[in-house]
Amino acid sequence: MSDLSIQEQAPRAAAQTRQQSRTSRWRTDLTGLGFVLPFLILYALFLIWPVILGLRMSFFNWSLGKGELEFLGLANYQELFSDPAFSSSLVNTLYFTVLSTPVLIILAFLLAWLVNRAIPAQWLFRAIFFAPFVLSVSVVVLIWSWLYEPGFGLINGTLTAIGLKEVNWLTDTHVAMLAVVLLTAWWTVGFNFVLYLAGMQQIPSELYEAASIDGAGTMAQTRWITIPQLGRISTLILILQVIASLQVFGQIYLLTSGGPNFSTRPMIQYIYQSGFTSFRVGFASAISFVFFILILIISIGQFLLVSRQRRDA
Amino acid sequence: MISEHDSIPEQLTTTASNGRLTRRAFLERSIALGIGSGAALTLLNACGSSPTTDLTYWNLFTGGDGVRMVQMQKDFTKSHPNINFEADTLTWGDPYYTKLAMASAGGRPPDVGISHLSRVPAFAASNMLDPFDLNELAKYDISEDKFLPSLWQKAQYNGKLYAIPLDTHPFVMYYNIDVCQKAGLLGPDGKLKPLDGTAAVMDALKKAQAVTGNLGLALDTRDVQPWRLFYTLYNQLGGQILSSDGRTLVIDEGKAEQALSFMRDLTITNKVASSTMDYGGAVATFGSGKAGFHWNGDWELPTFQGQNLHFDMLPIPNFFGQTYYAQADSHSFVLPHQATVDPTRRAASLEFISFMLKDSLVWAGGGHVPAYLPVATGNDYKNMSPQSHYASVASNVVFDPVAWFSGSGSELENQAGQAFQTVLVGQFTPQQAIAQFSAALQKLLKIPPPL
Repeated sequence: MSDLSIQEQAPRAAAQTRQQSRTSRWRTDLTGLGFVLPFLILYALFLIWPVILGLRMSFFNWSLGKGELEFLGLANYQELFSDPAFSSSLVNTLYFTVLSTPVLIILAFLLAWLVNRAIPAQWLFRAIFFAPFVLSVSVVVLIWSWLYEPGFGLINGTLTAIGLKEVNWLTDTHVAMLAVVLLTAWWTVGFNFVLYLAGMQQIPSELYEAASIDGAGTMAQTRWITIPQLGRISTLILILQVIASLQVFGQIYLLTSGGPNFSTRPMIQYIYQSGFTSFRVGFASAISFVFFILILIISIGQFLLVSRQRRDA
Repeated sequence: MISEHDSIPEQLTTTASNGRLTRRAFLERSIALGIGSGAALTLLNACGSSPTTDLTYWNLFTGGDGVRMVQMQKDFTKSHPNINFEADTLTWGDPYYTKLAMASAGGRPPDVGISHLSRVPAFAASNMLDPFDLNELAKYDISEDKFLPSLWQKAQYNGKLYAIPLDTHPFVMYYNIDVCQKAGLLGPDGKLKPLDGTAAVMDALKKAQAVTGNLGLALDTRDVQPWRLFYTLYNQLGGQILSSDGRTLVIDEGKAEQALSFMRDLTITNKVASSTMDYGGAVATFGSGKAGFHWNGDWELPTFQGQNLHFDMLPIPNFFGQTYYAQADSHSFVLPHQATVDPTRRAASLEFISFMLKDSLVWAGGGHVPAYLPVATGNDYKNMSPQSHYASVASNVVFDPVAWFSGSGSELENQAGQAFQTVLVGQFTPQQAIAQFSAALQKLLKIPPPL
């Protein structure tokens, strides 16, 4: 008898609590939405809506000065897919990404590994390696364009002093992109370095102790403990680095203006030149959408690849 | 009560440092204070001031000449206290023209702006500029007879006047007096002997190089400079780039090759100029006396004067013995298109332009050749040295071809600079460079114009 009543009561009681939690959760959700709403409105107004407008622009001959001109359908997209300037800008961007990403990840790891050893004045090295990152792009380019100056720049001066030939850093089409990558490495390695250092300092020292008891040397410890433990941070850094490298613009625009002979011009600069120098924002919007899809594909591909590795491991 | 109000800022700071003021209270009081003082300021401003006209002005003078423009602006505000004048300097090139275009399209641009004359046709064609009323202008001493006919013509579009030229800034030749003296290139009057023809020019550059032991000519081989040099040479050969309606490419390949071959001789064959020098490097090289000659626009005059360099300036030589031309552009005043024209502001704009023209002797100190003839033909300017030495060029200048993609800082200049740089560094032959440049122009001509 009492069992039956309990059995009846329990579902009714459960239903009652479900009812209660539904309303209070509904109220909690509403409050949360209220907090997010101001940002959401600004986000929708100044990011989502212009992106949609930009998509619309790409189907018109849209002028920076005169606004909407004639409807072009897919003509802008047809133009860009047969445009040698588009393909060369894409190749330049991918070339820059392929060159700079390994450098910025491996170099950052090496620096962090060195600084993480029990060396005195760790704070000093942290500051030195991170300091270039706080400089603005114009300052960095100013410094490096004088370093690269043919004839009396510091780098060429050093090369000739030790008996080597001068290198035309910014006027030789084969070397110019390397010059850009070198500048970028000096400037931004600090960010990845700091992330790696923080990650390394979080690895519990017991792991290293256990390994050294088992007879592992420094190299083995690094290979089997440090690197695997930094797996998640490495994934993050890789994805961020690739996305940032694909969107390179500032340092190339200021250092070489995309030259010599457009050999370093990245995609963003081509978009800028089409839209702002040539006033053709419709065409520029088309290019930026195609580029957006490309970055999306690369990022999703990266993410899937890495999460599959994660699951397999 | 009164003392409490007066010392609210002190109250805030003491209570904040005491730690007795909560964040909320601090915010409340400081906002009240801010609003209160803001309201007080606007009230103060409204009463007690005479009726003033507002005038806004945009320019792109971020170079050394910007200092002179600021001086002229100060002269204007001093002599016109009843005009509430506001000037904005934007970065030269795209950042300036895109903002001017968008402001004009939006209907609320500045009252007066600067524009290169080479950009005026494209902007005027898109209704982004208002034409000048010639009758109104005459009241301010601005009329056709006060400018060179070629400049006045250039400022017209469709029979109406859209710009008032302030100056001409041609491509000129700087030379180091000491180096040229040692090289035996000066005449008995202490001035450079005339260099007629490419052979004479090359000979002079070699002699100067022997003296400096470094370079004969400091030339920027990147960015836009190759275009300016090419355009000067090409026009001296009688060549044209675009047809007069701006629709067809009419490049004379033979003449273009001849021009580019001479440029190649400078850096590759005879090595009197460096093939890899940039703008800053060229100015630094000449300024420190490590080159005998420097070819550039006239605007670096204050830079070299500031370095106490013993130098002089002359028109760029006549290389081929034919009709003389030098590449130039001109800064001019324009009236961006307003949605509704305020007559008092328009009158103040004309007053401003007129004052600037009459004050352009100050502007000439920056190196540019004044366009306003009463100043350019006056004795004060004629006595300015070295400005008066190259002022004669103004009647023989040639502007960039007329097209929507052309003008100072435009895509045409980008393409030209990149294509011709390949010749100066020895990467491409003149024929290849012309082919690349022509292809780029053909592509631009086919695009439906956005202006």
